[in-house]
Amino acid sequence: MDCNELVEVITDYLEDNMSPEDRARFEEHLIYCDGCTAYLDQMRATLAAMGLIPPQSVSVQARERLLQSFRDWKKTL
Amino acid sequence: MALSEPDAEAGLLQRLREGNEEAFGALVDLYHGAMIRFARGFVRDQAVAEEVAQDAWLGVLNGLADFAGRSSLKSWIFAIVANKAKTRAGKEARSIPFSAMAAREVSGTEFAVDPGRFLGPDAEWPGHWAHPPQSWGDRPEERLLGQEMMQKLTRILEGLPPAQRMVITLRDVEGHDAKSVCNILGVTETNMRVLLHRARSRVRGQLERSLADASERPGLH
Repeated sequence: MDCNELVEVITDYLEDNMSPEDRARFEEHLIYCDGCTAYLDQMRATLAAMGLIPPQSVSVQARERLLQSFRDWKKTL
Repeated sequence: MALSEPDAEAGLLQRLREGNEEAFGALVDLYHGAMIRFARGFVRDQAVAEEVAQDAWLGVLNGLADFAGRSSLKSWIFAIVANKAKTRAGKEARSIPFSAMAAREVSGTEFAVDPGRFLGPDAEWPGHWAHPPQSWGDRPEERLLGQEMMQKLTRILEGLPPAQRMVITLRDVEGHDAKSVCNILGVTETNMRVLLHRARSRVRGQLERSLADASERPGLH
């Protein structure tokens, strides 16, 4: 596996969507390639950071409106 | 999120069906902001996205009795948001169906990394790095988690082509599994994987450039 191939299959690697043979080739390449090891580390850090983006906060008014909808719905139970 | 655990989810569903307001409030706190963010992918306008999310909650309440648990509660809720948002965008006659957007964005070639960063066919090691990425350090996540980089990351996501943005938001920001992303968006697994790969590659590349710029200008923010 060459470096320019590895960067194109990295998502399949991280999403566990690879045959065992391809996975072995991928990991074998990493053993001797610092560039691709850095690339994989960067991709993992990118994914970790995206998972930590805080959600938009909910305004008090919006929340209260939703709770009111819930009370209205509850009456129909 | 803890709610993806089936037992916790079953308990929550039970309380919702019984009309427990605290349970509903907790669910709103967990997902409402994310639902608005997701709806923005379809309707763009913040106020309209908020209405879509509000409307989706009514859909959730009205569908609770029939929810059979074939998908997780979370992915069911997001599928309702997608439906409401599509309907709304369609009424405003400014929307391209997601499937058409996806088809357009998976067509053609898009390299994960600029081909110029690899050695050419005449080199001793063709296809290997000519300009390899530089390490982001032992704890790269720490460099990304500052407020400035998080804001940059948010802007990078907003700048992605729309179908890529929606897929990566659901998969990597909201943490849905791959199958749920396909169900929510109504996209094939093949196309979803291409969109996710292209989106992730773009985001990493832009972060790499941002961090390189930042280290060339120490002290500047």
